[in-house]
Amino acid sequence: MLENYFPILMFILVGLAIGVLPVLMGWLLAPSRPDSEKLSPYECGFEAFEDARMKFDVRYYLIAIIFILFDLEIAFLFPWATVFKDIVASEPMRFFGFIEVAIFLTIILVGDAYAWAKGALDWE
Amino acid sequence: MFNDFVAPSLYPAAPEIFLLFMACVILLVDLGVKSPRRTLTFVLTQLTLLGCAAITLLTSNTEVVYTFSGMFVDDMMADLLKLLVYGAVMLALFYSREYIQDRQAIPKGEYFVLALLATLGMLVMISANHFLTLYLGLEMMSLSLYAMVALNRESAISTEAAMKYFILGALASGLLLYGMSMIYGATGSLEITEVGERLYTYSVDKSVLVFGIVFLVAGLAFKLGVVPFHMWVPDVYHGAPTSVTLFIAAAPKLAAFAIVMRLLVSGLITQAADWQGMLIVLSVLSMGIGNLVAIAQTNIKRMLAYSAISHMGFMLLGIVTGVVGGDARFALNAYSSAMFYVVTYVLTTLAGFGLIMMLTRAGFESDELDDFKGLNKRSPWFAAMMMFVMLSMAGIPFFVGFFAKFSVLQAVVAAGYYWLAVAAVLFSLVGAFYYLRVVKLMYFDEPKIQEPIEGPLFIKVLVSANGLAVAALGLFPQFLMSLCAYALMRSLT
Amino acid sequence: MLSLSHFLILGAILFAISIVGIFLNRKNLIVLLMAIELMLLSVNMNFVAFSRYMQDPNGQLFVFFILAVAAAEAAVGLAILVLLFRNLKTIHVDDLDSLKG
Repeated sequence: MLENYFPILMFILVGLAIGVLPVLMGWLLAPSRPDSEKLSPYECGFEAFEDARMKFDVRYYLIAIIFILFDLEIAFLFPWATVFKDIVASEPMRFFGFIEVAIFLTIILVGDAYAWAKGALDWE
Repeated sequence: MFNDFVAPSLYPAAPEIFLLFMACVILLVDLGVKSPRRTLTFVLTQLTLLGCAAITLLTSNTEVVYTFSGMFVDDMMADLLKLLVYGAVMLALFYSREYIQDRQAIPKGEYFVLALLATLGMLVMISANHFLTLYLGLEMMSLSLYAMVALNRESAISTEAAMKYFILGALASGLLLYGMSMIYGATGSLEITEVGERLYTYSVDKSVLVFGIVFLVAGLAFKLGVVPFHMWVPDVYHGAPTSVTLFIAAAPKLAAFAIVMRLLVSGLITQAADWQGMLIVLSVLSMGIGNLVAIAQTNIKRMLAYSAISHMGFMLLGIVTGVVGGDARFALNAYSSAMFYVVTYVLTTLAGFGLIMMLTRAGFESDELDDFKGLNKRSPWFAAMMMFVMLSMAGIPFFVGFFAKFSVLQAVVAAGYYWLAVAAVLFSLVGAFYYLRVVKLMYFDEPKIQEPIEGPLFIKVLVSANGLAVAALGLFPQFLMSLCAYALMRSLT
Repeated sequence: MLSLSHFLILGAILFAISIVGIFLNRKNLIVLLMAIELMLLSVNMNFVAFSRYMQDPNGQLFVFFILAVAAAEAAVGLAILVLLFRNLKTIHVDDLDSLKG
């Protein structure tokens, strides 16, 4: 039974090789003559102002929170979409299937409208 | 493929649908309300709850009705509990009005909408006949409550309480879900009544089932807040804004009772021997630790939290003693005594927190026991109301709490658990001490603050009515008791 | 060949890791949130395994809803976390100690 997994092992090995080889080659083959200019941090031609590990703006969290919600709600539409043809084809389900999803989307829309009106989507 | 599809009947779920619709409308309407008092939002919220009550009354019948492919059930127990939930939420919102008005940081519109959504969650929990609906209702309620606790954005202790509530609540949901997944694995069904039938007819894998029951009971115990899963209760009661504490202390207990009944009695009654032992341990520990630790408290919200723990433990006794060793003769009595206990506890707790809220003002919380010193000199009337509440919670005869304790004890004795009854009485006596201490503070100590109690007349009347109801139900408990018994008789088959 | 019990054991291990994560973690609240997510995912593992084993789609349906609720829970949790950081200037678990008794 284990040999069934052999292709997966191959995938893992090839994937690792593609990731590791260029780094390795660069490290082995490239000439290495460091000086102070080269080693200093580089930030679009400026001197670096501050440490790169700064705090995130809290607004990123707000966007992330809203994103998580709307992102996962949409997952409910996929099962519906896959059976959409059957829903339309069947007599008793035709309108029910449509109205149900319309209600679902309306509720999401209410939440969206609320977030928008409260200014949660504005950056400034 | 869908040609045999039959649209589900929406009537049994009409109150929930109406409530959801109105919650969405109120959320949008509130965007346009500019007044800081949010009167329109408040009135709409209360009207919505009234409307829900009307719909529940109109669509109520004595039969048990299933809809949404058996996911949702509408029976007398659900109708009665739902009506009580509307009442508890309406009272809680009336009492909170002035309190949240005085606190700038609390967003007013969101407060009411979150309260409505939490109510929706409770309704779904009460009517759940499927693990999925039960879980969704529970989460709907819990997520709204977490947000409500954190609503006072400038208070560090509120936020801390919200975080603790959130983490332990999520842990409880996880335990509950894990238990559900195991029961699903053992029985092959997610529908609660179907699970019950399969356990009755087929033999199932016992080890998987018991494993599931352990986790399920642990999850329920977390949600009920009984020892040893009670850590969140005192912190949340203490840290949350008092209006939110009142909200959490009242209506959710009714919903929690409903899910205990649905899961353990409708679903797992054949396995009663497995969960009864656990519930006995939980309830004895809760009565013991709840009552003993409450004595040491100086904050009245914290004291009432430990009192809530002990009351939930007492209520569990009624659930435990329903079916003992396959003997279901006293089942109806036991379950209806538990229901009566919860209902009267909710009523008493509402009055208690209502009175605490009357004493608060802008910038002053009045949640220390010392703030009750000499209340009799400031307002003899409200001191008397608070005395009623405390005496009822202590279970002093002829207050409603006494009859609640008495009927549960009757069920315990009928089931033959004499030692359990003795333990319950002993712990209640311990509990009486700290309730009576509040009475002593009110009547025999000098007041620290001299000001008379102020507040809108309507709220005063409402709190008084609530307090008097505690006393009046003590004189005529029979009506409510038989109502509970009738609702359960019609629901349990 | 993998059997049902393998998946159940995996689910149980993940569940145990998340419980330990919640109770032993004394450092960072974000880790607690991650442990909670892990707990829900371990339950999903159980549901999917049982559902597949019994050829009953209801379990997988449940998983869908658990995922959605987990997202909502994460959103509320993160919101409370941000608020907590604003009020206390820390997200250290040990610093949540002002409520005692």
